[in-house]
Amino acid sequence: MLLFFEQLLNGVQLGVFLFLLAAGLTLIFGIMGVINLAHGSLYMAGAFASALALRLSGSFTLALIAAPLAAGLVGLAMEVIVIRRLYARDHLDQVLATFGLILFFNEIAAISFGRQPLFMNIPPALNSTVELLPGAPYPVYRLLIIIAGLLVAGLLYVLISRSRAGSLIRAGSTDQEMLSALGINVKMLFALVFAFGAMLAGFAGGLAGPLLSVEIGMGENILILTFVVIVIGGIGSIRGAFAGALLVGIADTLGRAFLPGLLKLMLPPAEADGIAAGLASMAIYILMAGILIWRPAGLFPPQGRSGA
Amino acid sequence: MRRRIFPLIGLAVFMMLPPLATWIGEPYLVSTFTRIVIFAIAAVTLDLLIGFGGMVSFGHAAFFGLGAYVSGIIAHHAAEQITLFGLPATDQALIIWPLAILVSAAAALVIGFLSLRTSGVHFIMITLAFAQMLYFLFVSMEKYGGDDGLMMLERNPLPGLDMSDDWSFYYLCLGLLAVVLFILGRLINARFGMVLRSIKQSGPRARSLGISSLAYRLTAFCIAGAGAGLAGALMANHNGFVSPALLHWTLSGDILIMVVLGGIGTLYGPVLGAVIFLALEEFLPLAFEGAGLPGFKEHWRVVFGPLLIVIVLFAKSGLYGFLLGKEAADV
Repeated sequence: MLLFFEQLLNGVQLGVFLFLLAAGLTLIFGIMGVINLAHGSLYMAGAFASALALRLSGSFTLALIAAPLAAGLVGLAMEVIVIRRLYARDHLDQVLATFGLILFFNEIAAISFGRQPLFMNIPPALNSTVELLPGAPYPVYRLLIIIAGLLVAGLLYVLISRSRAGSLIRAGSTDQEMLSALGINVKMLFALVFAFGAMLAGFAGGLAGPLLSVEIGMGENILILTFVVIVIGGIGSIRGAFAGALLVGIADTLGRAFLPGLLKLMLPPAEADGIAAGLASMAIYILMAGILIWRPAGLFPPQGRSGA
Repeated sequence: MRRRIFPLIGLAVFMMLPPLATWIGEPYLVSTFTRIVIFAIAAVTLDLLIGFGGMVSFGHAAFFGLGAYVSGIIAHHAAEQITLFGLPATDQALIIWPLAILVSAAAALVIGFLSLRTSGVHFIMITLAFAQMLYFLFVSMEKYGGDDGLMMLERNPLPGLDMSDDWSFYYLCLGLLAVVLFILGRLINARFGMVLRSIKQSGPRARSLGISSLAYRLTAFCIAGAGAGLAGALMANHNGFVSPALLHWTLSGDILIMVVLGGIGTLYGPVLGAVIFLALEEFLPLAFEGAGLPGFKEHWRVVFGPLLIVIVLFAKSGLYGFLLGKEAADV
């Protein structure tokens, strides 16, 4: 039972983590209609920036500030130079051009940092455990990620549904022409939203540094998961991204933790391990395919748009 | 006019390549040419989906890898003399390759049926998801090497042909590419292709004319899957090795790039695309070295990535469109 609780928390941790990436991606898609495969590169940019900042300054706080800033700047440049030209194009062009961006950023990272993964230590102050339930110690750092992620989710909700910037963003996703007729600089708005999404991805990259190794290709693995999240949630919907992220995070973590044991009840252990590992990796894709077959537009399709 | 001559010139060039490689003293290039021809088969079948059916599949590597694994696994059983599903395994190409095609087509039938419920971005993503499922399935199959893949001792023998000879294998692949192109060309200009293109233009209009768009699109999906399966089986034979990398999503991306580089919605364009893509992959690093920039040799993608973006942004009709001008528009 305690193990289940711990794994559930791990699932939530992966979930909020995915949410940080998915929120930006779904915002960008919902408003500009762009599929950005290079979103993972922004996450990687954040991770490398925080690793670098930590090495230079020794301060983890500075590293966590550097991550979103660097990713935001990279994102802004990316929008102005490439993405801006893709708004009017079809999805195929967007997929290909942003695939080209991935190739570019991976090689840039390889040239600047080498192909060896960088490792970041969890700062000593956070490298301990707390007992949330008696007998179930949980790492403080992971707990911090959960709290940070939930905070960002809350802020994002308030920002989008209560603030003026949020109402502009919502207006932009419904009717750009009307918005620009009302005197809003839509180009600027789009660039800022893109940079904001990039900052969220970079922040996630900075947080991930101490848990995973910072390396080339780290963006692609998480990118595919992020796409699964926003497709499950309904592309363009922040609420859907949150639900999808938690669902994927928990399904993936619990699958990896408990499938081997469950299958061993039915199959010989040697076979069970292999099959369980495969099934656990496939779990989220099965979840996604199932949800799309059941509800082709995802769980929370954004309202007021024709799904195009 | 140019459209008529183009495939003939192309065929002549492809026929000349192996002697040419020997003549310039680089006989190993035949292996590169074989890769080009095999990927061309995969790319032209993907273009049937994207260019003619309007289905942007981001999971074409799934069928490619599946075909490769079918031939790898059966050959493995034959080599180890273990039965497969209670049947004695064989290493004969005439049995294995059709099986690879059948299995890929069957997988395409299931995946296509489920995926075609969605459209647009969702279709891109669900095909990607199915491909990733198969990828992880093969990664987890420890019996067949898991992550490390599976070696094949030798190419599947074909009566009357020395398969271990690289030239024979190259010409065999080239012949199969020609067959695939011939079949697709007939298909595209037949009623089937007309209907498929009309569905791409306007689904509701086709439906209102009493056409079952699912049936046509699913058939196209199966044909494309079958073709990719054949290409995969050939690739397994070419490499003597199969691994989950053949199903990885980046390979789906590569095949997609070949289609776009060559020209979407053209029959021969994707062949050109495969040539350019693989030639760039092979020679761009060498070119950097030759140009006195050895530092770029390993990092050729830093140039290839932006090049791809520029092509997408400014050269929509691909190289085939560039070469043929207005004539490329029709099939």
